[in-house]
Amino acid sequence: MYASFAVIIDSFPYLIQGAFITAGIVVCAMLFGLVLGVCIAIGIIYGPRPLRYLLNLYLWIFRGVPVLVLLFLFYFGLLTYLGLNLSAFASVAIVLGLTTAAYQANIFKGAILSLPRGQFLAASSLGMSDIQAIKSILLPQALRMSIPAWSNEYSIILKDSALAFVIGAPEIMARTQFIASRTYQHLPLYITAGIIYFVLTWLGVRLLLQLEKSVRIPGYSDHGTNP
Amino acid sequence: MTAAKTILEVEGLHKSFGDNTILKGVSLTLKEGEIKVLIGPSGGGKSTLLQCINCLVTPESGTISLHGNTVNLENKKELYQLRQRVGMIFQEFNLFDHLTALENVTIALRKVKNFSKVSAEKRARLELEQVGLGDKTDLYPAQLSGGQKQRVAIARTLAMDPEVLLLDEPTSALDPELVGEVIAVIKALAAKGMTMIMATHQISLISGLAQNVLFMENGVIAEQGSPKELLGAGKQTRTQGFCDRLSDLGEGGS
Repeated sequence: MYASFAVIIDSFPYLIQGAFITAGIVVCAMLFGLVLGVCIAIGIIYGPRPLRYLLNLYLWIFRGVPVLVLLFLFYFGLLTYLGLNLSAFASVAIVLGLTTAAYQANIFKGAILSLPRGQFLAASSLGMSDIQAIKSILLPQALRMSIPAWSNEYSIILKDSALAFVIGAPEIMARTQFIASRTYQHLPLYITAGIIYFVLTWLGVRLLLQLEKSVRIPGYSDHGTNP
Repeated sequence: MTAAKTILEVEGLHKSFGDNTILKGVSLTLKEGEIKVLIGPSGGGKSTLLQCINCLVTPESGTISLHGNTVNLENKKELYQLRQRVGMIFQEFNLFDHLTALENVTIALRKVKNFSKVSAEKRARLELEQVGLGDKTDLYPAQLSGGQKQRVAIARTLAMDPEVLLLDEPTSALDPELVGEVIAVIKALAAKGMTMIMATHQISLISGLAQNVLFMENGVIAEQGSPKELLGAGKQTRTQGFCDRLSDLGEGGS
């Protein structure tokens, strides 16, 4: 019993460093996915037909193939094939970013399509170009509506980031496994890792809830409709 | 009136959605300062005609000319230009929900006309005061009544200095007690000489404002003339019959 506590106390700083690396991977992946996802959503809704097919193919691939396969494909396959050298951290952030972009694109697509068409017409009738209308009228509203679904996506990607240990990114899971293999204190260590993941999820979701509240359009209730 | 020059000329507009032909060759000319009122049964093509005139809906054939220059409908730049000069008021207001009344008016000034923030706000305040909303500039659409929303929409459109104003049933989505405030704004515009085409079911607007009434049915202009010609005592026109039915339903409210 005493040994368990000692291991956790000794390794805690080391695990917390891993938590920062996990958070770094997730933040990079989510932001990359946000930018790419918005572009894909707009391309699918407003783009010409060939582009729409191409983007839909992207969605099918990244939703249809396991993240672990994509990660191996990228890190051991593509990078080696191209003769490139990229850190495990960057590789995981990119693969998770590409994956979450596919899911986020669908979130934004749904949000954009749920906006009343009249606002786009009104923007056009004032002489705004399609791009101006999308940028200044549709996106600010669609992004607000996407925050709850986006926070779901955050919690999923956070947990998927544990896969990074297989290519040696020094995040929570990799560090936990490393210590466990040396001390044989699997139970207390994996409980600790689980708790760290839980706290990271909780923090991120709380933060996004706060963001959702602070950008809520005045006059709308919690349910997004007129009071 | 005879000296007034033609601002807008629409010729042979056709539009269909799938198998459903909405416009079957509609033509009209609009002189400076003229007010035409578009009436007729729902589904007759009034909204589609208005949306075609500033190309929110692209017609399959037909031409639209502004000051004698035919607009090339294939050219996006010319389309954006046309829309800037032809303002549109919608039945459902279509305010930008995430922006305050003031920002609703300033956004197009800033993005389309490249006004500075200060001069856009100055202009917007002026327009909002004109429609009696000088004290509501910081409220969001969800905090405004229907009549107030429509007045913000009118201010938003007028800030772009349109040469022609298209109004698509501007009072139809309003509670009866809010119709008056919007009508007052429209009448003030008419008094200032704004050139307008308005689709409406509001009989008081037809007889009080229109110089010309267009009766639209099944995608064509079935009858047109002055209110006196179409609605004078003892006239047996379809327009007359239609307006009588409106009055019977109590929709007239004149």
